[in-house]
Amino acid sequence: MRMRWPLPRPSARQWAIWVPYLWLALFLLVPFLLVLKISLSDLQFGIPPYTPIATLEDDTLQLALHLRGYVLLFTDSLYAAVYLNSVKMALVTTVCCVLIGYPLAWQIARSRPEIRNLLLLGVILPFWTSLLLRVYAWVGILRNDGLLNNLLMGLGLIDSPLEIYRTDLAVYVGLVYAYLPFFILPLYANLVKLDQRLIEAAHDLGARPWATFRQVVLPLSMPGAVAGAMLVFIPSVGEYVIPEMLGGANTLMMGRVMWNEFFNNADWPMAAAVTCVMVLLLLVPLTLFQYSSARQLERSR
Amino acid sequence: MRHAGRGVRWATLALGYGFLYVPIVCLMVFSFNDSKLMTVWTGFSLRWYVELFQDQTLLAAARLSLVIATLTATAALCIGTWAGYVLARMGRFRGFGLYIGMLGAPLVMPEVVLGISLLLMFVELSKVVGWPDGNGLFTIWVGHVTLCTAYVAVIIQSRVRDLDRSLEEAALDLGATPLRVFFRITLPLIAPALVAAWLLAFTLSLDDVVIASFLSGPGYTTLPLEVFSRVRLGLKPEINALATLFILAVAIVVVALNRLQIRAAQSQ
Repeated sequence: MRMRWPLPRPSARQWAIWVPYLWLALFLLVPFLLVLKISLSDLQFGIPPYTPIATLEDDTLQLALHLRGYVLLFTDSLYAAVYLNSVKMALVTTVCCVLIGYPLAWQIARSRPEIRNLLLLGVILPFWTSLLLRVYAWVGILRNDGLLNNLLMGLGLIDSPLEIYRTDLAVYVGLVYAYLPFFILPLYANLVKLDQRLIEAAHDLGARPWATFRQVVLPLSMPGAVAGAMLVFIPSVGEYVIPEMLGGANTLMMGRVMWNEFFNNADWPMAAAVTCVMVLLLLVPLTLFQYSSARQLERSR
Repeated sequence: MRHAGRGVRWATLALGYGFLYVPIVCLMVFSFNDSKLMTVWTGFSLRWYVELFQDQTLLAAARLSLVIATLTATAALCIGTWAGYVLARMGRFRGFGLYIGMLGAPLVMPEVVLGISLLLMFVELSKVVGWPDGNGLFTIWVGHVTLCTAYVAVIIQSRVRDLDRSLEEAALDLGATPLRVFFRITLPLIAPALVAAWLLAFTLSLDDVVIASFLSGPGYTTLPLEVFSRVRLGLKPEINALATLFILAVAIVVVALNRLQIRAAQSQ
C-alpha cells in the first residue's frame, strides 16, 4: 500500500504528536501548577515545609488557601521595590542591547559572505561559552583594584578608583555582556534575508539613509528585533547569577529575592508566590515572544 | 555615502567585538600570571594549571558534570528531535498553541522558575510515591533534559523545514514505511544539525548553575556549582586556568562545526 504525507493512519500521527506533548506537559506544565498550589499553602515545620491545601478529615474535605505570600507581596513595600527594580534593570539592559546589537547585526549582515561567516562566528562563540565564566571575567576588570581602574589610574585620568564592582552599574555591564548574543543572533537571521533591492529602491527614490532605515529596514526587521529583545528582557528579570556575582547587597532583583526566600529563609510558599508573580509579570512579554516566533514559523511555511 | 559609511562600519565592529572579547582575553592572559593578586602582572607562570590538575574537588566535580552533560545531551537529542520534527512536519493539531508555548518556555523563562518548579514536583512525587529518594544525578539530569530539549527542538525544526521534501516523498512512493523514511532518509539528511544540537545541549548542561542548585543533593556537586561557590566571593586564579581551557575547547569545537557546515552547504 502506498503511503502519503501526512500519515494516512491517524493513530500513528497522533502517537507521534502525543509522546513529546506528554513529556513537555509532565515536566513543564505539571511542575508549574504545583508551584501555583504551593504558593497558596502555609509555612510549617517538617518535610516538606508547607501545609497541604486540601485535607480529608471525618468525611469532610477541607480546602485551605493561604494568601499570606501574596498579601505580603502586595503590601510590603520592599517587594514592590524589587519588582520595579527588576523590570527597570531588565528594560535598561534590553535598551542597551538594542543600541549596541542593532548596528552590529546590521554591519554583520551587510558584510561580504566570507567575512560575514567569520563575524558571525565571533558572536556565536561567546553564546556557546560558559555564562558563569564570562561574568566572572568582569570581576577582575571592574574591581577597585581591577584592570579598568589600574588602566585609568595609570593613564592619570582618575586619582582614586571608580566604585563599579558590587554596584548596579556592574550588574548592567554583566547583563548586557551576557545577553548581547541573544539579541544579535535572531536579528541577524532576519536582517540577512532582507532584500537589498528594497534599500536600493528607496535610495533611488531619493530617500536619505536615515529615512530608508526608519521606513524600510526597521519595519521589516521588527520580528527579529522583537524576538531578540524578549530573549534579553525575560531572562534578565529573573536573573540570579549576575546580580549575585557583580551586584551589591542592595541590588534587588526578583530571581535573587526568590532564591533567598527559598534557600536562606526556607520559606517555600513565599518563594513559590514570588515565582508566580514573576511569571504573571512576564506573561505580556512572553505572549509577545510566542506571537512573533509563531508568526516567523507561519511565514517560513 | 559609501566612504563615510566605511569609517562608521569599522568603528561599530571594533567596539562591538572589543566589548565581547576584551574580558575573555583578560581572563585568559591572567591565568598565566605568577601572582595570586589577579590584577597585577608579575610574570609568566603555569602554576595555576598545575594546581588545577591537583585539585581533587574540582576534578571530581568535572567528572560528574561530564557524565551528566553526556547523558543530558543524548536524551535531549532524542526527545528534542522528536518534538522538533512534530513541530515542523505534522501541521496544526489540537493544542498546537500550548505545544509551541511549552517548547518555547525554557528558552526564555528565567532558570530559577524551571529549577523551583521541578524541585517542588520531585518533592511532591517522593511524598506521594516515595520516589525519587533524595536529589542527585537523576533529578539534575531531568532538569537539564527539560531545558535542553527546547533548544534541540528549535535547531531541528528549522533544519527539517529547510529539507527538500521530494526525497522523503520518493521513498514513500517506493513503498518505504514512514518510520523507515524517517530513520533512513530524514535523519541522515539532518545529521549536521543533530551534531550541533547534541553539542549545544552538552554545553548548556555543563554550564548550568541555577537548575543544578535546586535539583542537586549532598554528594552531587557539579562543576558549575563548585566554581560558583568559589568565585562568588572574589577572584580565584585556578578558575582562570579552568576558564581558559574551557574557552579553548569550545572555540575548537565551534570552529570545527562551522567548517563542517560550510562544507556541507558547498557540497549541496
